[in-house]
Amino acid sequence: MSAKTRTKKAATISKEEREELLEMYRQMVLIRHFEQHCDKAYRQDKIGGYLHLYIGEEAVAVGFISQLQPQDRVLGHYRDHGYVLALGSDPRKVMAELYGKVTGLCRGKSGSMHFYDKAHNFLGGYAIVGGVIGIATGVAFAQKYENTGGITLCFFGDGAMNAGLLHECLNMAGLWKLPVVYIVENNKYAMGTPVELHSAVTNLAHRASVYGFPSVQIDGMDVLKVREAAREIIAHVRTHQEPYFVEAITYRYVGHGAADITDPGSYRTREEIEEWRKRDPIATLHRYLIENGICTKEELEAIDQQAQRVVEEAARFADESPDPPLEELWQHVFMD
Amino acid sequence: MAIKLFREALREALIEEMDRDERVFLMGEDIGRYQGSFRVTEGLFQKYGPQRVWDTPISEPGFIAIAIGAAIEGLRPVVEVMTWSFAFLAMDQIVNHAAKILYKSGGACPVPLVIRGPAGPGRQLAAQHSHSFELWMAHAPGLKVVLPSTPADAKGLLKTAIRDNNPVMFIEHPQLYLTRGEVPEDEYTIPLGVADIKRQGRDVSVITYSRGVLVAQQAAERLQQEGIEVEIIDLRTLVPCDWDTVFNSIRKTHRAIALHDDWRYAGFGAEIAAQVQEHAFDWLDAPVLRVAGADVPMPYNKHLERAAYPQVEDVITAVKQVLA
Repeated sequence: MSAKTRTKKAATISKEEREELLEMYRQMVLIRHFEQHCDKAYRQDKIGGYLHLYIGEEAVAVGFISQLQPQDRVLGHYRDHGYVLALGSDPRKVMAELYGKVTGLCRGKSGSMHFYDKAHNFLGGYAIVGGVIGIATGVAFAQKYENTGGITLCFFGDGAMNAGLLHECLNMAGLWKLPVVYIVENNKYAMGTPVELHSAVTNLAHRASVYGFPSVQIDGMDVLKVREAAREIIAHVRTHQEPYFVEAITYRYVGHGAADITDPGSYRTREEIEEWRKRDPIATLHRYLIENGICTKEELEAIDQQAQRVVEEAARFADESPDPPLEELWQHVFMD
Repeated sequence: MAIKLFREALREALIEEMDRDERVFLMGEDIGRYQGSFRVTEGLFQKYGPQRVWDTPISEPGFIAIAIGAAIEGLRPVVEVMTWSFAFLAMDQIVNHAAKILYKSGGACPVPLVIRGPAGPGRQLAAQHSHSFELWMAHAPGLKVVLPSTPADAKGLLKTAIRDNNPVMFIEHPQLYLTRGEVPEDEYTIPLGVADIKRQGRDVSVITYSRGVLVAQQAAERLQQEGIEVEIIDLRTLVPCDWDTVFNSIRKTHRAIALHDDWRYAGFGAEIAAQVQEHAFDWLDAPVLRVAGADVPMPYNKHLERAAYPQVEDVITAVKQVLA
């Protein structure tokens, strides 16, 4: 790209646009560092259970969530750290939850797979594959019932395409014109089973196209493309009051779960991972910002370092926080 | 007090709660235009329209999941299952989601949801429409379980269930829909977790709920002619359960029978027997007996069906056995 074009583009970008781009960069970098710390903490036994990292897929959550309004809602599957961080949940509370501490988002009762943060419009991560699709459809039902003007984002993985619940809910969402965006993060694998071996039709947007509302396939590795698609899709859903289905093509660099010891080498190759890393969403946005003269390398480096400090502080907070008291065991089975 | 059908009492509860709170809506298969398989929702679609009464596709996991989602966003869904046998399609939704969301959110996300509908034998509906699954629901922490036996209880308990901030499984016996009883004219509710002594007696406590109360009452009438006084404890709700009323009754009678239509093996009667021996053992003069459904899939044949779930004579036999 020539110096001339760079100057031109930099000159036409508004202050708000520049801030939005830098905010997306900041969020993706924060998620990346956060997840890298989680991987480490898992190996140190500070985080237990199952741990599913969002590394490589950051652009999908960040691009979509950047287009939300305060009355909107987000629900996700068990790979849910990226959603809450993009929504603005306090990283200290998120980390404390992973450490099982009482200061966590859910008082140490959810762990990695079932986050909930209503203050930031996150109505749950769900650890039964496909489960989120039903609950999110119901949230959109309530938005329509109460005419809040809000829409719901429902994130899930390609493995959930084969849950009967998905097809039941897509049918009802289409029938009742619910304001929900279904976003399948097609990272090519349902755990270790490639999409070619789990879906009779591998174009998932096509597979979801028969329920009376639009569906589209997008590049989930480029946050600018995700944001552009999200802007149009969310506006459409809000205005036309009908669902939308999005297949975001993306990739996870790490194993299905942090305990995954057979990856890479069993179901996919190291070379394949390296190929996808060339499309890394953070590197892609970094390149765009520099090549278009939107900001300097030093500014982006400062954002990176700030994100690392936020994660370190979150880890320190989580480390120093207390476990829930034992009487907490019996609390919250029922609501008074 | 007016005499009303059980299903009319249920319908009154729905109407009163829908009028009281616009967040209350109904959802289920053929509950609107068709007016409900057992006509509990008769006239409600006409009265409230499609915004409050939702006819669904035949997709139990889907619409029960949607109801859960609507509940966590602040609505108060009342879902009808055409029979509880069909709710099994949605066990994941009920047990893995509805029952656990409050706990796993650290108390932040209540699920104010009612699932109601018929469960129980007696209409020759055979294996896949006749069973009663209250034990399965009672086993999962986070679900409340209600089984009314009279029209008045049905109305008061359903109103409370709709106002409750937890998932409530409201199980209606199909043999009760056309039974009649006095229902108070004025507004009332009945708390969950309070048993009702439906008949006072000194000799034996029959601990039961739902249709079991009617069977026990008929048995008690006949036993009274032989000088045996049966006390009938109608639990009304299994979760929460009013164990104090059970134990107090046993302190008086010293003998107990658990009675229900649901399967005997590992049924709620086993829980009753265990609770009684843990907390009232010293007052017992005889082992706790169970009178319960045969551990078989419900047969179609009329005579076989009748033999597969408790009848009046089964209760009489059991009473005589504990008194022997």
